[in-house]
Amino acid sequence: MNERGAEIVKFDNVGLRYGTDPEVLSNLSFTLYPGSFYFLTGASGAGKTSLLKLLYLAQRPSRGAIRMFGQDVMTMPRERLPDLRRRLGVVFQNFRLVPHLTAFDNVALPLRLAGADEARIIKAVSDMLEWVGLAHRAQAIPATMSGGEQQRVAIARAVIARPRMLIADEPTGNVDPEMALKLLRLFEALNNRVGTTVVVATHDVHLLKKVPDSLIMRLNKGQLSDPTGALRYPPRPAAAPRAGDPA
Amino acid sequence: MSVPPLPEAPDDGAVAVAAPAQGAPRLLPRPRMGGLIPWVIAILIALVVIAAAGGLALRNLAENARTELAAAVTVQVIEPNPDLRGARGEAVVAALRGMELVRTVRVVPQEELAALLEPWLGEGATSGDVPIPVLVDVELTRRAAPAEIAAIARALETRVPGARIDAQSEWLRPVYSALGALQWLALGLIGVVALATAAAVWLAARNALAQHRETVEIIHLLGGTDRQIIGIFLGTVLREAAFGAALGTILGAGAVWLLGQQFAALDSGMASGGGLAPTDWLAIAMVPLAGVLLALATARMTIALALRDML
Repeated sequence: MNERGAEIVKFDNVGLRYGTDPEVLSNLSFTLYPGSFYFLTGASGAGKTSLLKLLYLAQRPSRGAIRMFGQDVMTMPRERLPDLRRRLGVVFQNFRLVPHLTAFDNVALPLRLAGADEARIIKAVSDMLEWVGLAHRAQAIPATMSGGEQQRVAIARAVIARPRMLIADEPTGNVDPEMALKLLRLFEALNNRVGTTVVVATHDVHLLKKVPDSLIMRLNKGQLSDPTGALRYPPRPAAAPRAGDPA
Repeated sequence: MSVPPLPEAPDDGAVAVAAPAQGAPRLLPRPRMGGLIPWVIAILIALVVIAAAGGLALRNLAENARTELAAAVTVQVIEPNPDLRGARGEAVVAALRGMELVRTVRVVPQEELAALLEPWLGEGATSGDVPIPVLVDVELTRRAAPAEIAAIARALETRVPGARIDAQSEWLRPVYSALGALQWLALGLIGVVALATAAAVWLAARNALAQHRETVEIIHLLGGTDRQIIGIFLGTVLREAAFGAALGTILGAGAVWLLGQQFAALDSGMASGGGLAPTDWLAIAMVPLAGVLLALATARMTIALALRDML
């Protein structure tokens, strides 16, 4: 199946263990579809971050099969992983900004790695920083920024290259409610208008209610449950336009 | 809610997956390889320059001496009776002049022999109390094989009893052997220093990579390729190795020049044969270039192998 087909990600009986420890993820089988908005919930230690690491290709599973964008991740040579990673946008839990780079250069990093020309980078990054309210902090380095500012830089970096799939690990944990809502709307806009598949891991149950068409995957001790039918087959249709959205 | 100001999507609507950038402009600040690396490289390159210059000078010395001496022989006739010495010398000259291999023949004058011997024998050299052999310098038309020298010796023995022939190059055979050993020593030293340079760069590259591991992981996760990451580090290696190599070359070449001046002041015929030709200086100029290339190759291999352990 090619990447424009019915699936973006397909996990088949996936397990993950670190070293010789017991599995932190067991028997995960699910499919993520283009244009869908997923919340990944679960208690601390349930395996959310481990599952996200598999999704953003920081880790290969111990067993099972993973296909992303129609390609077999398990057997893919590591030289080809960058091509897949450039289709992803990731907001890491601890932001993982490059400490020596300014906010501007951190946001510009995915575009520079993809070989975009500098004029395009300057325009896109300036606009993005303006949008997340950090234009005045463009030349600040992460160590001089607050947690909320760093988080916004991390989010701007994740979405700047229009990823096919956005993966966010607790993306609103360090911002005030107003900014949290604004960032969530950014994810929705990407989801609805650009067609980006969004996966947001969160503890915040209030956040789930703010995206009505979202699907919920719940992790419990490394096993997935499916309170909204996110994992059922045949899948739900991709997120439909919301009332009030322009055609 | 406004749409965020995202860059334009490609025409086909697919995600922007461009070919990796050839360079890696401003991706990262310059990672430092370790403050001592340029200085270590400078010292090692200076040693190689000195060793290379020494090896080349020894080679030139041996070659010049060999060329001068290989086409010459000395005939010695020991004649206790001073009245017969002149006749013996003439007989040797007569015997040799007809030979095809001989270009010139010269009987070394007694005064010249006495002057050569006087520093060792004092007035005895000229008193006639000490029997001084007749010496005849023979220049050959070409470098003679040992068999040809032996043939000349046999011909002389039949016509001039007591005549003995010495190939001059034979006198210096032990010297050539020692010079050859010194050249191998210089080559060995260059090899050891090259290994030391590679080891220093290997350690520095691993340290730099460990120091920037978090950043490297981030770049990987954002879609950076090994080539881009290696490019970032190689830029630093190039700058630091080039600085060290330039400094080392200046130091080494300065030391070689000073040594050359010292040897030139000896005013010795043999030492003057060990001068460096322009092509030798050109070869020495290749040392820093080779050093930088070695540093780059070592760093590239080190980083590539380390990256292979990361996903």
